[in-house]
Amino acid sequence: MGKKFVAKTGNETMAEAMRQINPDVVAAYPITPATEIVQIFAQFVADGVVNTEFVATESEHSAMSACIGAAAAGARVMTSTSSQGLALMWEMLYIAAGLRLPIVMPEVNRTLSSPINIHCDHSDTMGARDVGWIQIFSENVQEAYDNLIQAVVIAEEAKLPIMVTTDGFIISHGMESMEMIPDKEVTDFIGEYKPAYSVLDVDNPFTVGAIDFTDYYFEHKRAQIEAMSEAKKIIPQVQQRFGERFGRKYAAIEEYRLSDAEVAILVLGSTAGTAKVVIDELREKGHPVGMLKLRVFRPFPFEEIVRALSSVKVLAVLDRSDGVAGIGGPVFSEVRSAMYELDIRPRIVNYVYGLGGRNIDLALIQSVFTDLEKIAKTGKAEKMVSYLGVRE
Amino acid sequence: MKIKHEAIWRELPIAGLIPEGGTAQEYKTGDWRSRRPIWDKEKCKSCLFCWVYCPDSSVLIQDKKMIGIDYDHCKGCGICSQICPPKIGAISMVDEG
Ligand code: SF4
Ligand code: SF4
Repeated sequence: MGKKFVAKTGNETMAEAMRQINPDVVAAYPITPATEIVQIFAQFVADGVVNTEFVATESEHSAMSACIGAAAAGARVMTSTSSQGLALMWEMLYIAAGLRLPIVMPEVNRTLSSPINIHCDHSDTMGARDVGWIQIFSENVQEAYDNLIQAVVIAEEAKLPIMVTTDGFIISHGMESMEMIPDKEVTDFIGEYKPAYSVLDVDNPFTVGAIDFTDYYFEHKRAQIEAMSEAKKIIPQVQQRFGERFGRKYAAIEEYRLSDAEVAILVLGSTAGTAKVVIDELREKGHPVGMLKLRVFRPFPFEEIVRALSSVKVLAVLDRSDGVAGIGGPVFSEVRSAMYELDIRPRIVNYVYGLGGRNIDLALIQSVFTDLEKIAKTGKAEKMVSYLGVRE
Repeated sequence: MKIKHEAIWRELPIAGLIPEGGTAQEYKTGDWRSRRPIWDKEKCKSCLFCWVYCPDSSVLIQDKKMIGIDYDHCKGCGICSQICPPKIGAISMVDEG
C-alpha cells in the first residue's frame, strides 16, 4: 500500500492522534494556542467516534486533578494545555508524577505572562522541567504526531506522565503534509492499558496519596527518580519498535551533519527545521557546521549529548526561554554541565532567542554560525550569553 | 502486603501506596503530645462523653465502660478534660516531662 499523506495543522494532528488513541478519560480546559486540540477532540466525543468520557472542567488545576483521579482509577487519560494553563496545573503536575500516573498531554509551547503574550517560546514547559514528567519536543507536525503515539507506550511502560510539545502557532497552527498511521495499527501499537493500580479494585483496597513524613518521603522520591532514569532505557526501545513498524526512526537526540562538524548548535523544536536549511547552505560553501536536536528533554539524555558533541570545537546552545537567573537559558546550563564530563570539551556559549514569539529566521541562525567560527578561530568568546534577535 | 519497618526505597510499593487498610493504628502519633490527659478511674462515671468527642479515637472502652487512654495516639488536645462533666472532673491535663 502506498503512503497516504494528508495536510494537517499541528493541533488537528494531535486531536486525530487522540482519536486514534481513544483514551478512557479526557479532562481539559481551553487555552490558546492549544484550544483546538481538545475542541476538535470534543467533537469526536460528541459524534461518538471515541468512547472517551469527556470532563469539561472550570480550570486547568481542576483538569489535571480530574485526570489524576481518573488515572488512579485505572483509566487511560489524556489532556492538553499551554502556557498559563500549564502554570495553573503546577501543583497537580507534581502529584501526577509522584503517584506514577501515565497521563499523556500534548502541550503547545507558549510564553508566560507578564507581559501577556500568546506566542511561542519554551518558558512554560521549561518552567515545568523539574515536575517529574517526561518531556518530548517536536520539530514538525509529523514528528509531533509520531511522538504522541509513542508517548502513550512510553508513559505506560515508565509509569510516568508525559508531555509532548509543539511550538505554539509555528507547529500548532501551521499546516503541513503528514502521514497518518491507520487507526487499527495505532490501536495495535499502543496495546491494551494495564494500570499499575486502580482504586476501583475493591478486592485489593489500598490508600493512595497518604501523608509521608521524614521517615519515608525520601525513599518514595528516590524510587520516583529511579523511574525517570529507567525511562532512559524505555524511550529508545519504544522509538525502535515504532521505527520498525512505521518506518520513521527516532531517538532522544537527532544529529544533523554533526559527525565532522567543528562548530555546532543545539536546538529544540521547530527551530531545528530552519537550522537544517542554514546548515545545508553553509555546508555547500564548505563550512564544517552541524546541529544536535534535543528531542527528549526529560529524562535529560546527557550521555547521548556528550557522545555526540565530544569532537565539536565550539557549540552554541539555543534556548527559547531564559532562566531569569543571570546565566542564560535552562538548556544551556544543563548541556554545559553535561559536557563537563569531558577532559577536552567544546567552548559553549548560549543564545536566548524567540521570546514571546520573536521570529527566528535563516539570517539569525547564520549569524550564530558566523560568531561560532570566529570563536573557533580566535579562541575567545566575547559573551557567554547573547540575546538573539532583540533590539539592542 | 506488609511494608517492612524502615524498608529501603526499592522495597516500597509504587507511588507511596499503602496496600492494606486500617494502618493508621500502627502509626504512633502520641509522641507529638506536649500535655497528657490523666484519667481518674475512681471519679469516672463512664458517661463516654470523652469517647464521643476525642478527635483521635484515643479513649479506650470495653463493655461500654471507659478503661483508659491510648497514649500511643492521644495528641493531648485536652478536649476530653473539657468535655468531662465539671462535677465529675475525671480527666486532668498535666505537662509532659
Ligand atoms: S487529650 Fe485529646 S486526643 Fe487525648 S484522649 Fe483527650 S481528647 Fe483524645
Ligand atoms: S467524660 Fe469523664 S466521666 Fe465521662 S467517660 Fe470520660 S472521663 Fe469518664
